[in-house]
This record gives sequence, structure tokens and C-alpha cells, in this order.
Amino acid sequence: MTTLLRRLGVYLLTAWVAITVNFLLPRLMPGNPVEILIGKIQGRVTPQIVHAFERQFGVGLHQSLWSQYVHYWSQLFHLNLGFSISLSAPVSSVLKQSVPWTVGLIGVSTVVSFILGTIIGTYLGWRRGTVFDAVLPVATFLQAVPYFFFGTVLLLVFASHLRWFPELGAYSQSLNPGWHWSFVASVLRYGQLPAITVVISSIAGWIMGMRNMMVTTVGEDFVLMAVAKGLPKRKVIAYAARNAVLPSISNFSLAMGLLVSGALLVELVFNYPGVGDLLLTAVQNEDYPLLQGIFLVITFTVLSANLLADLAYLALDPRIRRQA
Amino acid sequence: MSSLTAPPTPELPGAMAAGLPAVRPRRVRALALPRSGKVLFGLGIMVAFLILAVIGPYVAPYNPSATAFTPGLHPGAAHWLGTTLLGQDVLSQLLVGARPTIVVGLVAGVIATVLSTVIGVTAGYIGGATDEGLSLASNVFLAIPGLPLLIVIDSYLPQGARSNYVLIGAVIALTGWAWGARVLRALTLSLRNRDFVEASRIIGEKRWRIIFVEVVPNLFAVLASSFLFTLLYSIGTYVALAYIGVIDTARWNWGTMLFWAQANNAPIANQWWWFVPPGLCIALVGTGLALLNFGIDEFINPRLRAAGVTGRYMRKVKLSNRPRLGLTPVIEGFR
Repeated sequence: MTTLLRRLGVYLLTAWVAITVNFLLPRLMPGNPVEILIGKIQGRVTPQIVHAFERQFGVGLHQSLWSQYVHYWSQLFHLNLGFSISLSAPVSSVLKQSVPWTVGLIGVSTVVSFILGTIIGTYLGWRRGTVFDAVLPVATFLQAVPYFFFGTVLLLVFASHLRWFPELGAYSQSLNPGWHWSFVASVLRYGQLPAITVVISSIAGWIMGMRNMMVTTVGEDFVLMAVAKGLPKRKVIAYAARNAVLPSISNFSLAMGLLVSGALLVELVFNYPGVGDLLLTAVQNEDYPLLQGIFLVITFTVLSANLLADLAYLALDPRIRRQA
Repeated sequence: MSSLTAPPTPELPGAMAAGLPAVRPRRVRALALPRSGKVLFGLGIMVAFLILAVIGPYVAPYNPSATAFTPGLHPGAAHWLGTTLLGQDVLSQLLVGARPTIVVGLVAGVIATVLSTVIGVTAGYIGGATDEGLSLASNVFLAIPGLPLLIVIDSYLPQGARSNYVLIGAVIALTGWAWGARVLRALTLSLRNRDFVEASRIIGEKRWRIIFVEVVPNLFAVLASSFLFTLLYSIGTYVALAYIGVIDTARWNWGTMLFWAQANNAPIANQWWWFVPPGLCIALVGTGLALLNFGIDEFINPRLRAAGVTGRYMRKVKLSNRPRLGLTPVIEGFR
């Protein structure tokens, strides 16, 4: 329990740091974001919008930094993340549309990649030194390929050339979004190639980590003991794997950050209507409110995923539980 | 990743050399590293790209920004890698773009490694409240997703600063030091209670001298591995930043090449020669770094080294090459 509370404390602190960085950045950086923003929406500017921007970015206000900070927090609690100029809509409602796509895509591919990678890694570690080690150089290469480049190649080969998969978007444009079968089927079909891209790009890390840990674990005495006792091979592997998987899970937060960064760019390649696509819009239009809203949402999502990984760790490693 | 978790005690070569009378001089062990095939291959790739980074701009056949050629040419004699839809020479862009990509990676790698060494070793050696604070800081930085943060920071930079390699590298380093700090802290913790460190404390050595002369040299292998890892991360991140267009898109690097290819729908238009070369170069640099890292991993953890032994070698030394439990062959002098 203590362990979990500690981790929770770290994540709360991280969230606070992210929010505070978000608050301070526009106030510390050179340049005037409000001027840029107003320049973008010439003609349609109402004094209310200008005032809202000024409050958000702390320009031209005669308030102390502290009272601006308090105001910032109260806006955040009301889920008011500002107004996106490029999409002329409140940031929170824009995000509400995109986040489910991203969470769905990244969530599914992370889980698939972790499970598959761990299983493959377990097997490679068990059969170390055999012909299966040939997987390692391939995995190394895949690990080094940027996600978005890999996505581009897959798009070119399997969608444009072979036409096995649909090309761009998240669902067929001829369908009305809703909870009916033809739409869900279309979403699943369009999601395949982006998900495959993320899985193949991220799986190598899990394979290598698991394989190396498995090689170390298999040399431990308790594995030898299990074999000597005459346990079936499957059981021995499971014993060793359960111990070897722990570092993979404790490295989850590192892997998660890299995976999310990579997957956002994959969305871009496939014109997937998620947060990554939004990020591009925000960057191209210097849409600061949108950009900052995206950063917060991604951070919170990653932190929640890390918390889930910690829960899994707790369930798998009784030593941690006993320490409490 | 294995270096994080492998029980460090019996496998630290430096510590062994310091604790026991060395069987062989240490120099021989250090030289054993670059001789395995994987490591040599990785080293070869890295050296090739470093040379490319130095000479690239001088050997580029054309001005990479000149739009003077027939657009969309396939690779051929005049343009080895073809031309873009804007009529630019792809090979020239690739050659000119090598330098910034690698320089930014190196800058970020060096800064991040220095940061992680200072923070990790300080936290591990001093302990107490300092350790708590610094560990908390590295955990926080580990949890914040790096790329989105970098995109926000970089988009607030003024246009001129966005093409400043050193500045961009430094900002990337800010998000890349935490992992190394965590690993180095854990190792320092295990080193600080070893007899040889204890001994120098009793002799009355100064704290900074113990850290730099006794502790840090023993971290060297992990330090190198952490540097390579950070280098890989930095190059990947820089390319991603350029690809999304936060960094000045008029200056050539491999990421901006991919940015322009994507912006002009090269993948859909089947212009593979536009985006495959930069992507492949990034992947090759990454592979080279990862192979070097394997060498270091195997150097640190002898069990991995034995696992990398080929079947042919095993037959040569008359050992069965079927994996057997409880028997990790420790092969002296295997390379």
C-alpha cells in the first residue's frame, strides 16, 4: 500500500509540474503569444476573446503572478482550457472528440505489443543461443526505425500498392459515426494498419528487455530446482517468466512516454483523427491554447497508464506488498 | 534495459579488478569489448555516419534548396536519389542534412549524460534528503512525456532560436537525462558500500576525490551505455520535432526532409526515393548505436555474452549448443 501511495504521490507531483510548466511557459518565453493569436483571427476579434487570451497567457495584466496562477487553476477545474483559434472552438470540446480515437488506438496497440513482445521475449530467452537468436538483429533494426517512417512505408506498400488496407482516416467517409455495426466494423478495419505500425515499432523493446532478463533468470538456482523437481517445461518457463517480467513492467513509464510520442506521429501519417493530428494543426497555426491543452491531456493519460502498470507490478510481486 | 535490473554486484568488471588481485591486466579486458562482430559492425556504421556528418555539406553535388531540376525524377545518373516534387536533389538534401541531425544528437547526448551523471551519482553517494529530492525529480521527468513537452517549449521559441542546434539539443537533453540518472544512482548506491570505497573514506580522502577517482571510473560501462541510449533518443526526438514542423523547416536535416515529403503527399504519390533514404539513414544510425550498446550490455553481464555465442563456436569448443539449465558457459576470451 505504501508503495502505491508513494507512486501516486510522484504522479500527482508530476501532474502539478506539468500544469505549472504549462502556466509559466508563455509567461517566461520571449515574444507575445497574444499578439500572434490575435493576428491569426483578424476581423473576428471581440474584446472578450482578447481579454480571455490575455488572462490565459498573462500579457498586459496588472495582476501578480500568484493571482494569475490561482485563476489558472480555477479555469482548469472548470475544464476550461481556453479557445482554439485554428478550429474556432473551445479546446476542451475539440479534445473531447479526438482523445477517444487516440486512447483507443494507443491503448489497444500498447496492450497487444506488450503481451506479444513478452511472450516472444520469454521464448527467445528460454531458447537462447539457438537459431531463434536471429530475431535479435531484426528487432534491433525495428527498434531504431522511427514510428512515423515505418508507418509511411507500410502505408505505401500495403495500402497504396497492395490495397490490403484502406489508406487514410479512421472510418469510411460514407458512414455516419454512431454505435452501429457497420461503423464499428469500419473503424476496426481502418485502425488495423496504424495499430500494426505501432505494435511492430514498439514490440522490439519488450522483446529485448524480456529476452535479456529471461537469460539472466534462467541461470538462477530456483529454475534449476524447478527442473530438477521434474516440473513440466511449461510450468518452469512460467516460473522464470513471472520473475523476468518485473523489470519490463517497472520500465513501463519510460516505454510509455516513447510509445505515445511515436504513436502520435503515426496518427499524422494515417490522417487518423486523434490527438496527433490535432497536434499538427496546433503547431502549424501556432495555436497555443490548443497546444497546451494537448500537452496536459497527453500527460494525464500517460500518468494514468503508469498507475495501471504499477498496480500490475503490485499484483505480480508479493515482495513489494509485504514491505508495506 | 537489462543493465537496470541485472544484479550488479558480481558483474562489475571494474569493481572486481579493484577488489581482487586482477588475473589479467585491466587493459586487456577493456580491449575485449570492440572485437565482437556486432560491436565492430555498430562501430563501423557510427564511424561512417560521423564522417558523413563532417564531409556531407562539401560533397553534396547541388544546392539542396535549389528548385532547378525536373520535379519528381526517379533515381538516375544525374540525380542518384532522384528529385523531389519541388525539383530539389534528394542526395544533396541527405548529405547536407546529416550534420545537423548528428550534431543535435551529440549535443543533447553529452548534456544529458553530464546531467544524469551529476544527479545520479550525487543522489546515490550522498543519500538522505538529497537522494529523496533528486530521485523524485528524476521520477517526475521520467513520467512526463518528452515529445509533447518539447513541442510546446519549442513552439514558444522565437523563429531564429528554432534553427539553433545547440539550443534545441539542450532542450532535448532536459527531457532525456532522467533514465540515466536512475540507473547511475542505483549503481552508485551499490558501489558506495564496497570495501575499496570504504577504505578510501577511512584513509580520509576528500568526498569529490572518492566520487571521481573511485566511483565514477567503475560506472564507465553503464555511463557509455546511457550515453548511447540518450544519443538514440535525441536523434529520434529531433527528427520527430522536425517532422511535425516545430523546427525551422527551411534548414535541412533528415526530419525536415520527411516533413516536406509528407507535406507533399510523397507516400501516396509513390515517391519512395524522397522519404526512404532519410528514414533508412535514421534507422541505420539507430541500429549502429543499439549494436554498440549490446556490446556494452554483454560486457557488463557475462550471461548475455554466453547467450550470444554462435552454434559454430560452441561446436568448435566441443560444447552442445542446446541451451541447458544451470549451465551458463562462461567462455574466456570469447569475442
